Amino acid sequence: MKNILEVQDLTISFHTFAGEVQAIRGVNFELKKGETLAIVGESGSGKSVTTKSIMRLLPKSNSEIKAGSQILFEGKNLAELSDKEMEKIRGKEISMIFQDPMTSLNPTMKIGKQIAEPLIKHQKVSKQQAKERALELLKLVGLPQPEKRINQYPHQFSGGQRQRIVIAVALACNPKILIADEPTTALDVTIQAQILDLMKNLQKKIDTSIIFITHDLGVVANVADRVAVMYGGKIIEVGTVDEIFYNPQHPYTWGLISSMPSLDTMDENLYAIPGTPPDLLNPPKGDAFAVRNEYAMNIDLLEEPPMFKVSDTHYAATWLLHPDAPKVDPPVAVKRRQNKFPEMNSVKGGK
Amino acid sequence: MAEKLLEINDLKLYFNKGTANEVRAVDGISFDIYKGETLGLVGESGCGKSTTGRTIIRLYNATDGEVLYKGENVHKAKNKAQLLKFNRTMQMIFQDPYASLNPRMKVLDIIAEGIDLHGLAKSKEERTKKVHELLETVGLNREHAGRYPHEFSGGQRQRIGIARALAVDPEFIIADEPISALDVSIQAQVVNLLKKLQREKGLTYLFIAHDLSMVKYISDRIGVMYFGRLVELATSEQLYNNPLHPYTKSLLSAIPLPDPIYERNRKRVAYDPASHQYTDQEDVKMREVTPGHFVLCSEKEYLEMKKTSSVTTE
Repeated sequence: MKNILEVQDLTISFHTFAGEVQAIRGVNFELKKGETLAIVGESGSGKSVTTKSIMRLLPKSNSEIKAGSQILFEGKNLAELSDKEMEKIRGKEISMIFQDPMTSLNPTMKIGKQIAEPLIKHQKVSKQQAKERALELLKLVGLPQPEKRINQYPHQFSGGQRQRIVIAVALACNPKILIADEPTTALDVTIQAQILDLMKNLQKKIDTSIIFITHDLGVVANVADRVAVMYGGKIIEVGTVDEIFYNPQHPYTWGLISSMPSLDTMDENLYAIPGTPPDLLNPPKGDAFAVRNEYAMNIDLLEEPPMFKVSDTHYAATWLLHPDAPKVDPPVAVKRRQNKFPEMNSVKGGK
Repeated sequence: MAEKLLEINDLKLYFNKGTANEVRAVDGISFDIYKGETLGLVGESGCGKSTTGRTIIRLYNATDGEVLYKGENVHKAKNKAQLLKFNRTMQMIFQDPYASLNPRMKVLDIIAEGIDLHGLAKSKEERTKKVHELLETVGLNREHAGRYPHEFSGGQRQRIGIARALAVDPEFIIADEPISALDVSIQAQVVNLLKKLQREKGLTYLFIAHDLSMVKYISDRIGVMYFGRLVELATSEQLYNNPLHPYTKSLLSAIPLPDPIYERNRKRVAYDPASHQYTDQEDVKMREVTPGHFVLCSEKEYLEMKKTSSVTTE
């Protein structure tokens, strides 16, 4: 499949009073046409900063995309575009859905106008045409009585309905890439399930690629084709959803997966990752996860592990994959999952 | 059966009672909590689960109904002394560790507030010693006592909140979404701590949450709430393996699990309250379908459920 977006060696720092926070420390990934890539990680791992930099939404005053960073989209390096050029891409080619549907809509504008705004701006259609298209979009995202509701204000809608409207705004110009930053975190489970189903159906209809940011591994299992795990400003493991969930290699991924109980977890204690995430003001030498990692070896404290290849689609940055590394026993919950993995290879994955 | 610690009978809490915008947040719910168990309470936002917790500990005064703690009605406590007695045995851990700690107080004073109120320390040294012990119990260290809340991460703050609740040696703790605001890797740490404390101190928990897989893991029994009413109450195993109320089925079918194979085959069931088609004559109440498994249903539904669940158990 063709790559629609390639991010290479992305490095971003924030300049604060306390010093330089190295939020993103060399991130590489690609997004394929029509796929959903989930980026997971805890708060502060850099997942939102990565996607905001693709949209060039980081504050100019204190953030810096370091030289050499490449965000390649259709032959252009988005990291170097001028504001004017970026305006033609933002909302048209690449659009974004935010976490909180309560604050991402303008409370003083009727929702029909908000959906029509990108159309008038980017596609130079008339007001009448834009309104008709807005109606179509509202029908597409499954909002009941669109003819009546198009003239209502955001406060007249529930959280789930507002997120549907936000999705309609984001899809107005048929973007090639849709970035969804925790789009269902603020919603109840039943509403969350509806929005996830909606996003999957729409993806099939308009053939867009999705970058989905979340910390909820359940949601990842539901929507993703591929998964990238971030820790301390880096991607530490990337693979297909089956590879990450049933054959994880990095100890941090082990920790993430086993710290969430599945419905058949009966163990006395949950596996918990000790300690707290690293301070990116003074990023640790070597593997950022080493201090929290019970499998850490001496080399983890000295030298950063490169990406080791597990399969054509699966890479992980841990010295445990080095041919000279000792064999270790992953946590029980991970082993239970790994037992499922061989049988999966026979039935080809993908959603 | 274990000793009944708490008995909640037909508890009601209406906001703006008698006005046009009356909200029946809790609308007649009854359940018991046994000593040493963890009762999970789940439901969507706005279903009244937090209000139930807050009414039990009397942060709200009940509109109607009673909360019996070891046979005594919490809402009938007449004077301050009686109320103080309840507060010593019952404590609460709140959802937001950023909002529930006073930013202008040192951790030492935050944790010792209960000790002071109940006069549990005879001298300043004893007070400090108690706080140090509590900090160590929850996995922090004694140097933390002199710091302010903003110097801590979310997980550490939640530990402070837990230490504060433990300060007065309670028997019963209401944990209102204690892990929802925390990162996944930190959630497991806090849940393990709560379980450890329960084993060591014989605590009883009411665990309110919307994360159903975590609730299943920590709870012995689970109650499901919908629009201010309890619709199903059963052991966690029964609830997950054999949900009877259509709302519980719908809720369970909506939770995404960290298991791609399961997710690919998942069928979501929607819940329509109108599907019950209750008539006015029907008495809709909690009925025990199988031992220990209660469902809100009408007589007709009850007989049907009884039939189908006896088939599945055989």
